[in-house]
Amino acid sequence: MHGVLIMAGSVYVGAEVRRKIENLVADYAHAIDDDRLEEWPEFFVDECSYRIINRDNHEKGMRIGVMDCSSKGMLQDRILALREANVFEPHCYRHIQSASRISRSDENVFQVETSFLVVRTMQEGDMSVFCAGKFLDEIVFEDDKPLFKKRLVVTDSNRIHTLIVIPI
Amino acid sequence: MAESNTQKIEWPNDGVSRIPYKIYTDPDNYDDEQRRIFRGPIWSFVGTDQEVSKPGDFITTYIGDTPVIVLRDLERKVQVIVNRCSHRGNLICIKREGNSEELTCVYHNWRYDLQGNLKSVAFGKGVGRKGGMPDDFNREDHGLQRLRVAVYQGLIFATFSDDVAPLTDWLGDEMVENIDRVVGRGMVLLGTYSQYMPNNWKLYMENVRDSYHASILHMFQATFRINRLSMKGGIKLSDNGWHHISYSIAETDREEDQYDAKKLRAVKDGYTLADPTLVKGWREFECGTTLAIQSTYPNFVVQQISNSLALRLCLPKGPEECELLWWVFGTPEDTNEQQEIRIKQSNMIGPGGVISMEDGVVGGWIQRGTKRDHEKTTIVQMGGRDVAPSAEGRATEVSIRGFWQGYRDCMGF
Repeated sequence: MHGVLIMAGSVYVGAEVRRKIENLVADYAHAIDDDRLEEWPEFFVDECSYRIINRDNHEKGMRIGVMDCSSKGMLQDRILALREANVFEPHCYRHIQSASRISRSDENVFQVETSFLVVRTMQEGDMSVFCAGKFLDEIVFEDDKPLFKKRLVVTDSNRIHTLIVIPI
Repeated sequence: MAESNTQKIEWPNDGVSRIPYKIYTDPDNYDDEQRRIFRGPIWSFVGTDQEVSKPGDFITTYIGDTPVIVLRDLERKVQVIVNRCSHRGNLICIKREGNSEELTCVYHNWRYDLQGNLKSVAFGKGVGRKGGMPDDFNREDHGLQRLRVAVYQGLIFATFSDDVAPLTDWLGDEMVENIDRVVGRGMVLLGTYSQYMPNNWKLYMENVRDSYHASILHMFQATFRINRLSMKGGIKLSDNGWHHISYSIAETDREEDQYDAKKLRAVKDGYTLADPTLVKGWREFECGTTLAIQSTYPNFVVQQISNSLALRLCLPKGPEECELLWWVFGTPEDTNEQQEIRIKQSNMIGPGGVISMEDGVVGGWIQRGTKRDHEKTTIVQMGGRDVAPSAEGRATEVSIRGFWQGYRDCMGF
């Protein structure tokens, strides 16, 4: 389905697959920045994992971060809680993303790394660099459509300013 | 030059039940707090002993806003030392953590051992007999400032005070008992993170002690109909009011029933969780305690929320900012399944916690709300005007009043 060409220890990723993966990474960020948060869980397969962890914990092999969802249901619950339960000052994100580094460990799983910067704008206009870091993704194809199996968000800073309710 | 504000804050007549707004913003008062509270008769939590497990291991942190080094010396004793070279006041340890056999200032190579004794001074005798320190310079007089240290159940505390009672006496039996219960089995650190908040540190500590707001501000459980069923709960305060525990105990219903996934789904009106395993837990403690938030004066918290265990330390960062450091942990006895449950439940706490995230924002709103009209006060009279040793139920602000009792004791108001 996705042509594989073995090249000295790494696996070549065809242009068509690369384009689809890059689109997924871009569409994901636009959905969040455009407040289409109900679409967010739909970027994942049902049995998925989404975690936000700081670089320090990640490098030490510690497990806990500031969000840890291990099913699509938990992603949906996060968004429903944001809309209906949680109290916070209205704000939005703007994701700025690097080009993605894509590799492939087996036939069906693509490892994708993308750096990001998130600027947070509060309702009164205060803007700040809210978060910078790297997405470490495992992407699979279902019916020719790429989806996240794992999205590990590794943040450069240990600090979260005030709170984090919108996913990165 | 700006006129310095030397006017003391005037405390209103209603004792610890009315808090003047000015206390959250005044820079002079902030400086007084550093001296009278953080360097006063208190024990400050500074870290866990597993973060400095080997000789030479160090971490850097703060007591109040004074930088300190926490380390294990070559005799395996934990030391807490002010992170400041005797020479010119430079930070000795720049890194957040590391391992070193001595403490050396990078600026002029003044070298100290891990007990803070000054061992050598670069060019102390001058170069070619020119320059150098005066003959009467005595290295023994210029060691680093070393603090009193107490390690209890793996928690490291330090104090600037020579007079404060030994740690466990200062805490009192009831407070020690809860630390034993939550931390006494040993800690396996699962993660650490920090939450930086745009408010005075005391607003966060009031929030921690405020059980009245829990079911009102935090709507997650109510929205998803996660009922706590019949629970009894209340407040315990240390004799002097300084430390507190607010707790809930499942009375008749066993936890397994309480968090039954089917029951959650059976609710007809309102929202239900798509994945109710988020609130799945196990009965971890014999006593049936399902929630216990403990604060030791002034800024340390020991947390048990269901099976989510954590330590929190609220560091002041100037009058209008503070940083909350979190240590999330399990125990060495945990099965893999239990650790997974703790990880899932971690979604309820911290800056992204579906239950607790609001605690990070409400302080900032009060900070903005109280910016002016400094002669006005907040009202802390739910459940009375004074400080009683214990109280039933949640509709009380007695433990907030306990905090202010400790505050007034230290600050001399």
